[in-house]
Amino acid sequence: MLEIKNLHASIDGKEILRGINLTVNAGEVHAIMGPNGAGKSTLSNVLAGRDGYEITQGEVIYKNEDLLALAAEERAQRGLFLAFQYPVEIPGVSNVYLLKAALNAVREYQGLDELDAMDFLTLVRSKLELVQMDEKFLNRGVNEGFSGGEKKRNEILQMALLEPSLAILDETDSGLDIDALRIVSDGVNALRSPDRSIVMITHYQRLLDYIVPDFVHVLSDGRIVKSGDKELAKELEKSGYSWVNEESAGLPA
Amino acid sequence: MVTLMSEQAQQIEDFVPNEYAAGFVTDIESESLPPGLDEGVIREISRIKDEPEFMLEWRLQAYRHWLTLETPEWAHVQYPPIDYQALSYYSAPKQKTDGPKSLDEVDPELLKTYEKLGVPLEERARLAGVAVDAVFDSVSVANTFQDKLAEEGIIFMPFSKALKAHPELIKKYLGTVVSYRDNFYAALNSAVFSDGSFIYIPKGVRCPMELSTYFRINAANTGQFERTLIIADDDSYVSYLEGCTAPMRDENQLHAAVVELVIMDRAQIKYSTVQNWYPGDENGVGGIFNFVTKRAACRGESSKVSWTQVETGSAITWKYPSVILQGDNSIGEFYSVAVTNNLQQADTGTKMIHLGKNTSSTIISKGIAAGRSQNSYRGLVRVGPNAENARNYTECDSLLMGDKCGAHTFPYIEVKNPTAQVEHEASTSKISEDQLFYCKQRGLDVEDAVSMIVNGFCKQVIRELPMEFAVEAQNLLGLSLEGSVG
Repeated sequence: MLEIKNLHASIDGKEILRGINLTVNAGEVHAIMGPNGAGKSTLSNVLAGRDGYEITQGEVIYKNEDLLALAAEERAQRGLFLAFQYPVEIPGVSNVYLLKAALNAVREYQGLDELDAMDFLTLVRSKLELVQMDEKFLNRGVNEGFSGGEKKRNEILQMALLEPSLAILDETDSGLDIDALRIVSDGVNALRSPDRSIVMITHYQRLLDYIVPDFVHVLSDGRIVKSGDKELAKELEKSGYSWVNEESAGLPA
Repeated sequence: MVTLMSEQAQQIEDFVPNEYAAGFVTDIESESLPPGLDEGVIREISRIKDEPEFMLEWRLQAYRHWLTLETPEWAHVQYPPIDYQALSYYSAPKQKTDGPKSLDEVDPELLKTYEKLGVPLEERARLAGVAVDAVFDSVSVANTFQDKLAEEGIIFMPFSKALKAHPELIKKYLGTVVSYRDNFYAALNSAVFSDGSFIYIPKGVRCPMELSTYFRINAANTGQFERTLIIADDDSYVSYLEGCTAPMRDENQLHAAVVELVIMDRAQIKYSTVQNWYPGDENGVGGIFNFVTKRAACRGESSKVSWTQVETGSAITWKYPSVILQGDNSIGEFYSVAVTNNLQQADTGTKMIHLGKNTSSTIISKGIAAGRSQNSYRGLVRVGPNAENARNYTECDSLLMGDKCGAHTFPYIEVKNPTAQVEHEASTSKISEDQLFYCKQRGLDVEDAVSMIVNGFCKQVIRELPMEFAVEAQNLLGLSLEGSVG
C-alpha cells in the first residue's frame, strides 16, 4: 500500500523529516507517536501533498505509483485521505455540497457515474449513523460553528463516505472529550478492513486504547527511532519520550 | 473609511487570461449617427424616433444642464478622460419597416445572437415563463408576450414605443426619481437616451411571469444609453431581470443607463441584474465603462423594493442602486455581488434614504477582488428627521484573491432621528491556503475549489435571485475568476 523510503523534507530551508522509512501493508493500522516538533504533522502534510514543503531526498510509493509526483487532489482521488487535525471552516458552502463534490471527484477518477441526489442522500444517511451525527449537519456550512468534537466527527463522516484505501488520521483525538473520543474511535474501528490501511498520528497513548494498532512507531527529530507493537505505546506512556531519545542517542545520524 | 490590501501567499497570484464567452460581433447592417454631440444630434435622435414634443424639450433641457456639469471624480476608479465628441449616440439595426410585428420579421442574425447569449426567445421563453424585451444597441427588436401581459393590463414595451402609446404615463413619471439634474451621467442619458424598457403594473395585479430585458452593445464606438422606467401601482408585484453582455473590442465603450422605479402603496418590485459586460483583457485594454444611475422611490406605504445585482463584467463599474423610502413602513433591500479580476475597477453600493416612519432597509454587499483589480463598496444610509423607528442593517464582506488587488469600504451614515437603529458590519477575508488544501485533499481541483468557496461566500445574495438567474450567476462567478488562483 504505502512505502516510504529515506524521506527527507524541509520547510523554509529547515530540515524537518530526516530519513523516514516506513512500510504499511493493506489492512494494517499503524500509530506514529512522538513529542511536539518531532515532524508528525509534516509527515502527514507531505504525504497528502500540501504545498510549501521541499522534498530533498527519498521516495514514497503508494499503490505502485510515485506518490510525490501527484498533485494533492490526484492523491485524494486515488484513495488517500487525510483527517485533519484542524478541519477548516468554509462559510456558506453546505457540508452536503462538499461531501457530494468530493465523492463525485473520486467516482469520476474511478470511471463511475455521478450519484444522483436521492442515491447520494441515502448513502450519506447510512454513514451519519456511524458517527452519530444528526442530519441537520448536512445543511450547515462546512465545519461552520462546529464544536471541536463535531469537526472531528465530520472528518470521520467524510472518511466513511469516501472509503479511502489509506487514511491518515492527524491528531484525531486532540480536543475530544471521552464521549466524543469513543464515537470517533467506534467510527474508525468500523472502517477497519483488510483492504484499508490506517496511519494514526498522535501525541498521546490514550487514543490507542480505543483504536488498537498493529504497529507503533516513535518519531523523534524527523526519524523513526523505535518500532514495536501496542506494548511500545504503553511503555512510552510510563516512561515518556525522553526514554526513547536517550535510548536512541547512540544511533548514527 | 477602511482600506485593506491583501497579503496573500505567492501561490495565489498566478493569473491567466479569461475567455469571454459572449465576445462575438454580430455582422449586421446598422444605421448610426456620425460621432459627435450637439443640439442637432439630439433633435435628430428625437426625429428618428418620432417623439412627442415634450420629450425633445426635456432632452434639450437635460443637454443644456449637462454642459454645465463636470465629470464626477470622487469614485475610487481611474480612467483617461472620455471624449464625448468621439462617440456616436445612435445606432440601430437597419430595418425595412417601422418595427417587427412578430419574431418572424426579426433578422435571423439577431435571433442567432440571442441564441448564443442564451436569451430565451420564442417558445423557449414561454416555457421558461420569461417575457423578453431585447434591446439590441438602441432599438428594441423583439418583444414577446405582450398580448398575454395585455390581458392583465400590464404594459411592457420598449421605451420609445411607450412614448407613443402611453405618453401621459411617461410624462407623469419620467425624471421624477432620477432628475436630469441628478448627476453628470444621468444628465447625459436624459439628453441622448435611445431606448430601454417601460413597465406599468396596474393596481392589484401580480405579474404572472418574470419580465426580462437583455441588453447588448454591438456596434463599435457606440454609447448605449438605456432608460428604464417601471411603475408598480397599488398592491401590485413584478419581478424584473436584466442581463447584460457586450462583444470584445479594444476600445472602451460607454454605457450610461438610468433606471427609475416607482412603487405605490403595498406594491413590490424585485429587480435583478446579472451584469457581464466585456471587462477588458488581462492588460486592461478595452472593456465597458458602466456608469449607471438606478433608483427606486417607495412612494406608497408598506411598499417594497429589492435590488439584487451580480456584477462580474465591465472595465469600470460606477453604480449605486438606491432606494428612497418615502412611504411609512416601506422596505428597501440591496443584495450585491461584485467581482473584479485583472485590471477591472468597481465602485458600487447603494443609498438608502429613510424619510417615512418605520422604514427599514437591508444592505448585503459581497465584493470579490482578484488580479490587480480594485473593488470598492460605497454606501449611504440616511435617516431623515421624520423617519421614526427607521432601521438599517448593513453587511459588507470582501474576499481577496492574491496580493495585488484591493478591497475598500466607504460607508456613510447620517442619522437625524434619535429613534433610528443602524447597524453596520464589515469583514475582509481571503481564500486561505488551508481552505484550498482542504478541498484538494477531498479530490477537488483548484478551479472547482475556488468556485465552491466563492459561491459559498456569495450565498446570501445568490439565493435572492430567481432560480434560472441564480444558476447563470453561479456559473459566471466561476468563469470570472478562472485562473485567478495558481
